[in-house]
Amino acid sequence: MKRTSVVVALALLGLAGGAFANEATYGRNMAAACGSCHGTNGKSVGGMEALNGYPKDKLVKAVQDFRSGAKPATVMHQLAKGYTDAQIEAIAAYYAAQK
Amino acid sequence: MTINRRDFLKVSAAGAAAAGIGGLAGCAGGGGGSGNVVVIGGGYGGATVAKYVRMWSDGGINVTLIERNTNFVSCPMSNLVVGGERKLEEITVSYDGLKKHGVRVIQGEVTAVDADKRTVKLANGDSIAYDRLVVSPGIDFMWETVPGLTPELANTKILHAWKAGPQTVALRKQLEDMKDGGVFAIAIPKAPYRCPPGPYERACLVANYLKAKKPKSKVLILDANDDVQSKKGLFMAAWKDLYAGIIEYRPKHEISNLDANSMTLKFEFADAVKADVLNVVPGHRAGDIAKQAGLITANNRWCGIDWRTMESTARPGIHVIGDATLSAPMMPKSGHMTTQHAKIAAAAIVSLMSGEQVADPMSIANTCYSYVDGKQAVHVASVHTYDAKDKTFKTVAGSGGVSAARNEIEGKYAWAWAKNVWADALL
Repeated sequence: MKRTSVVVALALLGLAGGAFANEATYGRNMAAACGSCHGTNGKSVGGMEALNGYPKDKLVKAVQDFRSGAKPATVMHQLAKGYTDAQIEAIAAYYAAQK
Repeated sequence: MTINRRDFLKVSAAGAAAAGIGGLAGCAGGGGGSGNVVVIGGGYGGATVAKYVRMWSDGGINVTLIERNTNFVSCPMSNLVVGGERKLEEITVSYDGLKKHGVRVIQGEVTAVDADKRTVKLANGDSIAYDRLVVSPGIDFMWETVPGLTPELANTKILHAWKAGPQTVALRKQLEDMKDGGVFAIAIPKAPYRCPPGPYERACLVANYLKAKKPKSKVLILDANDDVQSKKGLFMAAWKDLYAGIIEYRPKHEISNLDANSMTLKFEFADAVKADVLNVVPGHRAGDIAKQAGLITANNRWCGIDWRTMESTARPGIHVIGDATLSAPMMPKSGHMTTQHAKIAAAAIVSLMSGEQVADPMSIANTCYSYVDGKQAVHVASVHTYDAKDKTFKTVAGSGGVSAARNEIEGKYAWAWAKNVWADALL
């Protein structure tokens, strides 16, 4: 019985760990594409918005507003149209967690 | 059998490790991995992949970068040097930043890749072993596309300046030495070539200089293609509004012969052109080392790759990134795009070397600025997403576009883009 529970616990841990790792990696990779302009992990060296530590909800809204045209931009309105809500959420979650 | 909390944690950690999920690495988002990665080429692609493999493996994977030049010199922004707006030092970045990430940087020339033994050979005779190799060779020229042009001539009199560095400075010097009333002609090869808007940007910045300093001079754009390849409306507006009487655009000008003595270009179906400065960009193919390594799979020019990993379709264990790849539909050969390739490759390499499953690649983007004078710029942008069914990247419908009009704000963004992309790749 106890042995079974260890196996179950390990299986659950494995699954949960795997899902977490994949989700985190997905956000990290999606955000990395933005990093070519906004800096590694969002740490801009100037002239572009720094995204590290940016509050998640605020970033999601900003990108959605670029996409809808509510927020004017030179280029972000065109780039934002390439991303779904779920993708924007994943990117914003990653940047919010960066120091 | 009883298990206390401490034992449970131990067992859990072992289980997690066995499942290929490092505790800390998992929190960092993937990570871990071990082994040796060798990167050939320290341009936008090679530098970025070297840094990101170190970063995403939490320093677990050893990375050696082999580059022939002492410093990184950027092709994007190099037209500002040709036009006299910037100095070469301002577009040059040292490799010291990569060393701080633990990248072993070797200045040298790779002469051969042995894909079976998984080693690369350097010109000095050294041999370096790899578990995975990244080839980021950029382009080399198809001299046969310009009869009469030789590599020697292209290094002395008839410059391309399509690889930034000494050629950039030398072309600037030719312009400075040209008399007022002279003719500068740039010849553009058939697409696909590196940096689609680059030649038109160069024409603008050369004309910007001539307009101010040698106003009787002319700029001729001799394009082998049927039309302007990028940002057409924006460039044509700049030529008309800013450089009327200076810039002349001539499409369908495929070179049939170059006579360097008389500085004359002949064409299949158009009048010959004599110029004081001839800036001839020959057709491109993947860099020489890609050819030697057997990575070229398409039209004797480009390297086919699996877009999930950037791994060569010809040689397992070798990833190819950047201008050397057979581009996906609507995907430009640009420095920015190359950094995106590098990040796809880095993510895949870290997964593969950690024993993790490789996920589908992330969406990637391209943002490319061109200056039309010393202060104003225009852009083209696009977003590309992986299509698992067709196994390639496609642009996202409705995304991307170009500037509404040339403007100074984007001139500032263009330089900020450069500073940030250099830092992302090299610092």
